[in-house]
Amino acid sequence: MAIPARRDACPTIKNVLLLDSGGRRVAVKYYTDEWPTNGAKLAFERSVFLKTQKTNARTEVEIVMFENNVVVYKFIQDLHFFVTGGDYENELALDAVLQGLSDAVTLLLRGNVDQREALENLNMMFLCLDEIIDAGMILETDGNMIAGKVATHNMDDGAPLSEQTISQALATAREHLTRSLLR
Amino acid sequence: MAQFVKKDDDRDEEEYSPFLGIEKGSVLQEARVFNDPQLDSRRCSQVITKLLYLLNQGETFTKVEATEVFFAVTKLFQSKDIGLRRMVYLIIKELSPSSDEVIIVTSSLMKDMNSKTDVYRANAIRVLCRITDGTLLTQIERYLKQAIVDKNPVVASAALVSGIHLLQTNPEIVKRWSNEVQEAVQSRAALVQFHALALLHQIRQNDRLAVSKLVTSLTRGTVRSPLAQCLLIRYTSQVIRESSMNNQSGDRPFYDYLEGCLRHKAEMVIFEAARAITELNGVTSRELTPAITVLQLFLSSSKPVLRFAAVRTLNKVAMTHPMAVTNCNIDMESLISDQNRSIATLAITTLLKTGNESGVDRLMKQITNFMSDIADEFKIVVVDAIRSLCLKFPLKYRSLMNFLSNILREEGGFEYKKAIVDSIVILIRDIPDAKESGLLHLCEFIEDCEFTYLSTQILHFLGVEGPKTSDPSKYIRYIYNRVILENATVRASAVSTLAKFGAMVDSLKPRIFILLRRCLYDNDDEVRDRATLYLNTLGGDGSVVETDKDVKDFLFGSLDIPLVNLETSLKNYEPTEEQFDISSVPKEVKSQPLAEKKSAGKKPTALGAPPAAPTSTVDAYEKLLSSIPEFSTFGQLFKSSAPVELTEAETEYAVNVVKHIFDKHVVFQYNCTNTIPEQLLENVIVVVDASEAEEFAEVATKPLKALPYDTPGQTFVAFEKQEGVLAVGRFSNELKFIVKEVDPSTGEAEEDGVEDEYQLEDSEIVAADYMLKVGVSNFRNAWESLGPDFERIDEYGLGPRESLSEAVNAVINLLGMQPCEGTEVVAANSRSHSCLLSGVYIGNVKVLVRLSFGVDSSKEVAMKLAVRSEDESVSDAIHEIVAN
Repeated sequence: MAIPARRDACPTIKNVLLLDSGGRRVAVKYYTDEWPTNGAKLAFERSVFLKTQKTNARTEVEIVMFENNVVVYKFIQDLHFFVTGGDYENELALDAVLQGLSDAVTLLLRGNVDQREALENLNMMFLCLDEIIDAGMILETDGNMIAGKVATHNMDDGAPLSEQTISQALATAREHLTRSLLR
Repeated sequence: MAQFVKKDDDRDEEEYSPFLGIEKGSVLQEARVFNDPQLDSRRCSQVITKLLYLLNQGETFTKVEATEVFFAVTKLFQSKDIGLRRMVYLIIKELSPSSDEVIIVTSSLMKDMNSKTDVYRANAIRVLCRITDGTLLTQIERYLKQAIVDKNPVVASAALVSGIHLLQTNPEIVKRWSNEVQEAVQSRAALVQFHALALLHQIRQNDRLAVSKLVTSLTRGTVRSPLAQCLLIRYTSQVIRESSMNNQSGDRPFYDYLEGCLRHKAEMVIFEAARAITELNGVTSRELTPAITVLQLFLSSSKPVLRFAAVRTLNKVAMTHPMAVTNCNIDMESLISDQNRSIATLAITTLLKTGNESGVDRLMKQITNFMSDIADEFKIVVVDAIRSLCLKFPLKYRSLMNFLSNILREEGGFEYKKAIVDSIVILIRDIPDAKESGLLHLCEFIEDCEFTYLSTQILHFLGVEGPKTSDPSKYIRYIYNRVILENATVRASAVSTLAKFGAMVDSLKPRIFILLRRCLYDNDDEVRDRATLYLNTLGGDGSVVETDKDVKDFLFGSLDIPLVNLETSLKNYEPTEEQFDISSVPKEVKSQPLAEKKSAGKKPTALGAPPAAPTSTVDAYEKLLSSIPEFSTFGQLFKSSAPVELTEAETEYAVNVVKHIFDKHVVFQYNCTNTIPEQLLENVIVVVDASEAEEFAEVATKPLKALPYDTPGQTFVAFEKQEGVLAVGRFSNELKFIVKEVDPSTGEAEEDGVEDEYQLEDSEIVAADYMLKVGVSNFRNAWESLGPDFERIDEYGLGPRESLSEAVNAVINLLGMQPCEGTEVVAANSRSHSCLLSGVYIGNVKVLVRLSFGVDSSKEVAMKLAVRSEDESVSDAIHEIVAN
C-alpha cells in the first residue's frame, strides 16, 4: 500500500522488528515497499542488528539513524525491539510506538520477556503487532490497551466471551500482570 | 500456554525454538484439520500460528498452496472461538487473496461487521477493507459510515484507519464520509480523534480553505491525544506556509498556537511544535528563541531519543541561523562525549557550523580526542563539516589543514581516507595560501598509502598542481619514490606525473629525463611504454627543447571522446591494413551526465582526474558542448547555470534548461525526459521565441533524434550576442516533436507519428548569469591589491524590505557573486550590516564588492555599494545591474 511521503502527512511506521540476541527474526512486520524482497528485509535487519548490538539499550530507549531512516530500539533480556520510521518522522512518536509494543509484550508474557517465551506465545506477538500498527498507521500506543485487546482472546476456550468489552479485557490483562508479579 | 511441537528431549540445547525443524510441506498437511467436521479450535489456532511463522520467516506459498490454505481457513468461520477468529483474520490479511477468492469470505466478514462483539466488528472492518475492491466497497459503505461514529473507540478507529488506506484507491467513495468523519473528530476517545483528524485532512488536503478552517476551529478547541496534537501542528504549519505567500507583513497567523504547544505536557507535542517553528519560512530570531530554549532543555535530557531529536533539529537550524544556536553551544559541547555516537556526531557538526573564528582551535582539540573512537561513517561527516568550516574561515586553514593531515595518518578505511583527500584537494583549489602545505601533506600520505586508487589520484593531481608551485623540484623525490616502491599501476601514474613536471618546468627537464630513462627497465609493460612515449614526446634524445603546445595538450588535455564509445569502436575494429582512426569514434554522449547532477548536490567531486574519477559538472558540460560541432567554435565556456525546471513536477514531459554562457554566445541546453511509457518522441526541438530578448539572435539548433521513455536526452539552441554587452532577456519556449505510440508489451514503436507541441515555461538570461562565484581567501588583501583605480562607489535606496537579511540575500542573488568570510549571515536584530562579495565577470575579470546596508525603523533599507575590479567598464556594469 502506498504511503504518501508528504511531510505534513500522518506519522507513519516503516517496520517493526522483534529479533533475538543472534539477530534472527522472532516476528517482523514491514509496512512499505522499501524492502521489496525477503533478501532486502533480511539485509536491513542484519545491518540494524549489527549497528545496535554493542549499545546499551536496556534502561533507556536508544536511537540510531541510517539509510535515511530513524530507528528507535530497546533490548529486554535476549529480545531486541526495533521501530523504524522515515527521515522526517517525529522521533518521539516512534518512541511512543516502541514503548507501547514493549509494554504490551511485557504484559502478555507476564514479565518473562525472552526469546523462548515470545516464540511459545508467537500468536500473541503477531496479534500484538496487528493491534499496534495497521499498514503503517499507528493504531494504538498504550501498552495496556494493546495487551488488553490481545489478551481477550486467550481466555479459556469455550467460555462465553462474545459480550466481553474492552474494560473487561483490560481487567484480565491487569490480573495476568498481578498474578505474574505475585508468583 | 500452547506448545506447537513436542519439546525435544535435548532440552539444554542452546538455540531452543518451538519451531525447530518446521517444514512448509508438513504444516500444509496439518492445515487439513481446518476441514474436520468437529473443529478443534486450539489445534487450528496452532496451525495458523505455524503458517504465519513460515510467512514471517520469508517462506512463500505458491498460488495453489495459498488458495488451498485460504479455502480451508474460510471453514473456520463456523467456530465461535474468539481467539481462533482473530487468527483467521490475521492469516486472511497475510494471504491477500485474489478478488475472485475474496467473494467466499465477504459474507462471513460482513456478518462479523454487524456482530454484537466489538472485537469482531473492528477486525472484520480492517480485514474487509484490506482485501476488498471498489465494487464491494459500495455494498459495505453504509456499515462503514456507521462504524465511524460507533460508540466503541476500537471500532471507530478501525473504520477510520481503513478509510485512510482506501482513500488511496477509492477516493470518491471515502470523500462521501466527510460528515461522519467530522463527527468523529469531536470524539472523546483520544485515538479516534487522531485517526479522524488524519482522514479528514487527507480528504480535504487539496482544498486550502477547508484545511484552514479545520485548523482554525481545532486550534481553539481541545485536542486530546498527543498524536492528534502533532498532526494539528503539522497542518497548522502547512496553513502558515501557504498563507505567508499572500501576506508579506504583519504577524504570522497561528504562531501563538505553535508557541503555546511548546508548553504542552507531552514531549512529543513540544518537540513537534519546536521543530515546526524552526522550519517556518523566513523565521525571525524572535520567533525562534522560545523553540530553541525548549530544544536546549532537551539536550540535557536523560533520554537518548530526546537528545537526538533536539540535536538533529538544532543541527538543521544551524545551517540557516547559526547565530540562534550559539546559546546551546555549552550543552552541545558536553554531548561530544555522548554514548550514542549519532548524537555525538550531530553535536560536533552543529558546533562546527555555529563556531566562530576564534573558537576553531579549541574545538579542533576536542574533536581530536573524539575522532579515535567513532566509526568511519561518522568521521566522514565530521571531515565534510571541517571542510566547509575551512572554506568559511580561510584564515584558519593552517590548523584545519593540520587536523586533516593528522587524521590522514591514522588508521581508516578507504571511504574515510578518500573523504579526507578530497577535502584537502578542495581546500588547495579554493584557498591559494593552503596549496603548498596541502600538496606536501598529500605527498607524505602517498609515502605510506595502501590504496592504489588514492595514490594514482593524488599523483595525477600533483602533476597538474605541482609544476605551478614556487619550488616544483621538492615534489620529485616523493614521486620518484613511488616508481621504486609501488605496484605497477601506481608506478605508471608516477611516470606520467614525472613527465608533466618535465613538460612544464624546463629547468627540471634534464633530471626528469634521467629518471624516465631508468623507468625503461621496469618489468611492467605499461610503465615501460609510458616512459618511452614521454621520452619521445618531450624530446628526451638529449636536446633540451622548449615543450611545444601540442605536447602540453597531449599531457594535460582531457580525452574528448566518451570512453564507452571508444570502447565499442575498438571492439568493432577489425585488424586490417587500415589504421584505427580515433576521429571516427562518435562523440555524441549517449546517456547524459544527469546522474552527476544528482550527486553534485552532495559534495563537489574533488579529483577531476580522468579516467577513473568522475569529472566535475562544469568539465562534463564543457566536454559535452565541445563535442557538438556547431558549438565548437564558441570558444571557452565561461559559466553553466544550475538546471532550471521548465515544467511542473510530474507532468508528461519533464524539461529543464541549463544556460551555458560564452563570450559571444549563449547556449540553452534542454534536458528532456519522457515520462510516458507508451510514447516515443522523435525530432524533439525547442522553439524559442526571443522577441523579448532583442539583443540575442538565434544561430543554431540541435534537435534530439529520439527520446524514449525514461531516458533523458538533450536538445540545444544557441544564440549570438555582442561581446562585452550585458545582454539580458526573457525567452518563451515550446517543445515540438513527433509522437509515436509504443506497444508496451513489445516495446516497438509504430511507424507513423503525429506532430505535437508542448508549452514550457519561460527562461531568462539575467545579469547574474555573467558572473562566476569565485571566493577569495583573504578579502582585505585582495581588495588592497586591486587598488582604488577602478573603484566605483554609489548609494542606493532599496525601499521597504521584510528584513535586513532578506535585502542582503536579494542583492547577493542579483549579482550572483560569492559571499566571503561568512558575511552573508546577518546578525539577529542588527540595524546595519556589511557584506563582502567576490566573483569573476565574463571576460575573466576579477570583481570585488563591498556592500554596507542600513535599515531604519520603517524597514527602509539603504545600501552603499563599492566595487573594485580589473576593468573600469566592469565596475560600471556592476552598478548598472544594481541600478536597474
